[in-house]
Amino acid sequence: MATTIDARGLSCPQPVLLTLEAISAGAEEQLVVLVDTDTSRENVTRAASSRGYRSSEVKAEDDGYRLTFTKSRP
Amino acid sequence: MEGIKAFFASRRGIIAVGLAIGVIAALLQKFGNPANMGICVACFERDMAGALGLHRAEVVQYLRPEIIGFVLGSLVAALAFKEFRPRGGSAPVVRFVLGAFAMIGALVFLGCPWRAVLRLAGGDGNALLGLAGLTTGIGVGALFLKNGYTLGRAQKTSAAAGWLLPLIMVGFLVLLLANPQVAEQAKSGVLFYSLKGPGAAHAPLFLSLAAGLLIGVLAQRSRFCTMGAIRDLLLFRHTHLLGGFLALLVAALVTNLALGQFHWGFDKQPVAHSQHLWNFAGMALAGLAFALAGGCPGRQLFMAGEGDGDAAVFVFGMIVGAAFAHNFGLASSPAGIGPNGMAAVLVGLAACLFIGFTMRKTA
Repeated sequence: MATTIDARGLSCPQPVLLTLEAISAGAEEQLVVLVDTDTSRENVTRAASSRGYRSSEVKAEDDGYRLTFTKSRP
Repeated sequence: MEGIKAFFASRRGIIAVGLAIGVIAALLQKFGNPANMGICVACFERDMAGALGLHRAEVVQYLRPEIIGFVLGSLVAALAFKEFRPRGGSAPVVRFVLGAFAMIGALVFLGCPWRAVLRLAGGDGNALLGLAGLTTGIGVGALFLKNGYTLGRAQKTSAAAGWLLPLIMVGFLVLLLANPQVAEQAKSGVLFYSLKGPGAAHAPLFLSLAAGLLIGVLAQRSRFCTMGAIRDLLLFRHTHLLGGFLALLVAALVTNLALGQFHWGFDKQPVAHSQHLWNFAGMALAGLAFALAGGCPGRQLFMAGEGDGDAAVFVFGMIVGAAFAHNFGLASSPAGIGPNGMAAVLVGLAACLFIGFTMRKTA
């Protein structure tokens, strides 16, 4: 199972805030974040990697991106 | 293209952009912009409001090409990298009010966050009070964000909505070229021009425009944001954007020292006053408004260039706020705060707190 976050259309820093909150709340192995701007894509990717989630897939979808992150093995 | 994208998204990229902006800002001062005001988004939008006659403060009237360049440079970069996305509809009226009060707070201090660091880089100690206020205001905004504050989602919209502010900036450029400044005349065609004061101090038009365009491109690519720098540090302990903000300070400081533009002190600093409490409080108001709106005044221009209609509404709010600030005696001057500056800061803080407490996620 993957935790999915819909951050489309949200202003800075809410996409990052939602992503980090999901990670702190104990997200699954896989984390999926939907964003609608390149700024959010970069910010969320940077934030997730700072918490041990590696970007495993970036898919263009509905004028935005579906970002998939996988928890790195320690 | 991918290599360029990756560079600007990296720490080295944002630091390089901050360094470039710092050097350009200090050089603009050398070439004629007001002291410690190579770039000031708030001051320059205020000057534009004056040039258009929305306020009649004679010392601050000039249709600043830098601001036009910021929006159009961002537009060009967004189009080139396929990031132009017309969008809007995230509480525009709230963003308008936040823009107006952000401007009013900034004009009590006499500068936006960009100018706050440029003032410090020029040796103006009063900037420290402004930066402390800015950090406090952003800190309060971060608390609201942590507790579920949101202006709601923006939606994809038709192209026209994203093009309007860039097109208006093109219109301003046409006005500027069609009504050029005439020596010793306070009006040329429909535009007002300051004969003295900060509005009369400006670098040559095409130099200002080129500097604005270059910064617009760099900032769109790197997502440079002065408010975000402090917000991300307070909220997440992230220092990515802070790297760019500090690089701006260092580059402007070094350039000022090299050009003999550094003069340390609190008294008689250019376009500044030393009422410490109100320098602090004005910037606290501005910082809170920027944090609630999701970007510093520069970033709002760059986002508007990418097609963000909500950011464009914030920009209009700032321009109208500037007109109120000068028409109602809210703005400060080197002599001190305006007759109604205190009241304006208190009303602005109350308005921002009302917005912060009431705009929340609905389940």
